[in-house]
Amino acid sequence: MAALVLAQHSTSPAERLKDAAAVAFIALLLGIPMIGLTTVDQGGALRIATRWPTLCIFVGVCFAGRLLLRYAIDRLRARKQARDRSAVSAPTVDQATSPLLTWIGWAALGISAALPMLFSENRYVVDTATTVLIYVMLGWGLNVVVGLAGLLDLGYVAFYAVGAYTYGLLSTQFGWGFWQALPVAGAVAASFGILLGWPTLRLRGDYLAIVTLGFGEIIRIILVNWTELSGGPNGIASIPRPSFFGLPFKPPGDNPTFASFFGLEFSTNHRIVFLYYLILALALLTNLFVSRMRKLPIGRAWEAIREDEIACKAMGINARNVKLSAFAIGAMLGGFAGVFFAARQGFISPESFTFNESAIILAIVVLGGMGSQLGVVLASLVLVLLPELGRDFAEYRMLLFGAAMILIMIWKPGGILSHREPTLRYRADGGRR
Amino acid sequence: MSAPPPLLSVERLTMRFGGLLAIDDLSLDVAARKITGVIGPNGAGKTTFFNCLTGFYKPTVGSVRLNHPQRGVLRLEQLASHQVARSAQVVRTFQNIRLFPQMTVLENLIVAQHNALQHASRFSLAGLLGLPGYRRAEAAAMDKAVGWLQRLGLLDKADTAAGALPYGMQRRIEIARALCVDPLLLCLDEPAAGLNPRESSELNELLKHLASVEGIAILLIEHDMSVVMNVSDHICVLNYGRKIAEGTPADIQKDPNVIKAYLGEEDADELRADEMRTDAPTDPEAVR
Repeated sequence: MAALVLAQHSTSPAERLKDAAAVAFIALLLGIPMIGLTTVDQGGALRIATRWPTLCIFVGVCFAGRLLLRYAIDRLRARKQARDRSAVSAPTVDQATSPLLTWIGWAALGISAALPMLFSENRYVVDTATTVLIYVMLGWGLNVVVGLAGLLDLGYVAFYAVGAYTYGLLSTQFGWGFWQALPVAGAVAASFGILLGWPTLRLRGDYLAIVTLGFGEIIRIILVNWTELSGGPNGIASIPRPSFFGLPFKPPGDNPTFASFFGLEFSTNHRIVFLYYLILALALLTNLFVSRMRKLPIGRAWEAIREDEIACKAMGINARNVKLSAFAIGAMLGGFAGVFFAARQGFISPESFTFNESAIILAIVVLGGMGSQLGVVLASLVLVLLPELGRDFAEYRMLLFGAAMILIMIWKPGGILSHREPTLRYRADGGRR
Repeated sequence: MSAPPPLLSVERLTMRFGGLLAIDDLSLDVAARKITGVIGPNGAGKTTFFNCLTGFYKPTVGSVRLNHPQRGVLRLEQLASHQVARSAQVVRTFQNIRLFPQMTVLENLIVAQHNALQHASRFSLAGLLGLPGYRRAEAAAMDKAVGWLQRLGLLDKADTAAGALPYGMQRRIEIARALCVDPLLLCLDEPAAGLNPRESSELNELLKHLASVEGIAILLIEHDMSVVMNVSDHICVLNYGRKIAEGTPADIQKDPNVIKAYLGEEDADELRADEMRTDAPTDPEAVR
């Protein structure tokens, strides 16, 4: 049986038929007790009834299914071989930016800008889109550490938590506003990034992953246990929501509110839409910042560290500083996302910052294609929307989620978008000279 | 020789790994603008010697002094590996090529100019804003990279991922990348390994050009005698971590100690086929 399933060569139609017949035979053997015979309750006594027609259908489906599967596998394999062959014959062809990808990028931007207008009354859609954007921003932040600098970080959620708690504490204890707290929280998160970076500088790969995993848990456990500071498991409640340049989103009162200032009727949707645009703007700024950094010396040094640390040292690059800057900038971006998260929820507790979150953010970066900015967007869509769409399937939802991840890894082992765009080109430049 | 003071002087260098004495009391001078060859059978300590020079190993005993024309005498054995390249301008290549394989050839050469560019980008701020000072620095880095690519005949591969190129080309890229660091002393670890005869004769030309025209001192570890004997001004022979001979190529070829080390004594039982190979082309007539 194993030999049948794992046949590596392409099969002829006759072989396929034989293979499908064998599978159908096994289905028949299994099906006789499982489908062919059934117990029925007849006057208080159990009797065995037969269901031969159902069994026939079952065996037939297995036969046809196996035939189709085998055919599909052969087709895919042939296509892959053809692709490999063409790749071998022309390995040095430079890949220009695919116009399709650029187009997808702009289309995604247009859709995300128009989304709240299209669904202005549908709070659920805008809320879900906001969640997607938070993960996009986190993914872009982690991309600096994992995708560019190649430092496997399993505790990224710690910086998200640091950002969220910094804003939570600054706003509830000292009355700071969102915009005042944002840079401070970013700086605090960046210092935590350096704090984590220092002891891990000499570690690579698996060892680094374990230490970062531990760091993420340390932060969470501190938040749970240091009740005086963080409120412990109860978290921090009634965190003020961001206001629109000083105009709060509140029902009309004595002070001018967003609705009264613009002469609109008060609606709770205003705040939802505002939050959506806020995270969209933050995410776009993150994207702009990271793509720009990538083309600067520091960004190229991050990638060089990922490629070969020893060669970097031999080129006079201070590997310690480069790694620490990657940790700090990744952490800062995670901190910004945390501030937004706290402001949006109005309530934070250690439960929001479990390892599960780190794993999802890492999955977004890896599935999207290490280092690819657009890939992160696509992967966040898949990873956030799939569980959402799967709500109707209740207990099958994680199964669906897992299946989707496995399928992506089979078809696209390097991630959805694994193409690396050079940070600068000779040819384009040569035209200008 | 009452020549000018050497660029690099290694004194009584010893490197010990536990019970293994990898380098034993090695003293060597490297002259500026000259090519110094370091040869020896496998395991003689040549690469360990390079690692000690370039800060990857801390020598157990001994000193490595570099006479830097601007910065005075630098003690290389006290510097970290990146400082050796950055401050002392002693740059090395690796026996098993270490490029940044997914980055393009041009990017490899730009990364080598990281320190100058990073300085110009003022902690990335000027770079983020795209200020003219940074743009000029980037254009200059680009010019330097393109210049070396042209000199080494790699310009048409500039935008190709370095890891996708053939072996001989990767060797040249590694040299080009090291040259982009502006070396005073270039340490090449077996640059001719895996090159075909045409490629290694091109390498000979390049090395001679670098030393005589560009004024870069070269320290060369090489097994390919057609390269070493042809280009070196001075050769140092190591065996079991000790210097067994030193002199011009002609002296070395006649030196009985060297012949013994390579071919073994009559009663030596460690004659190895791969060491025989390296000795085969030592005949100067066969080189040309």
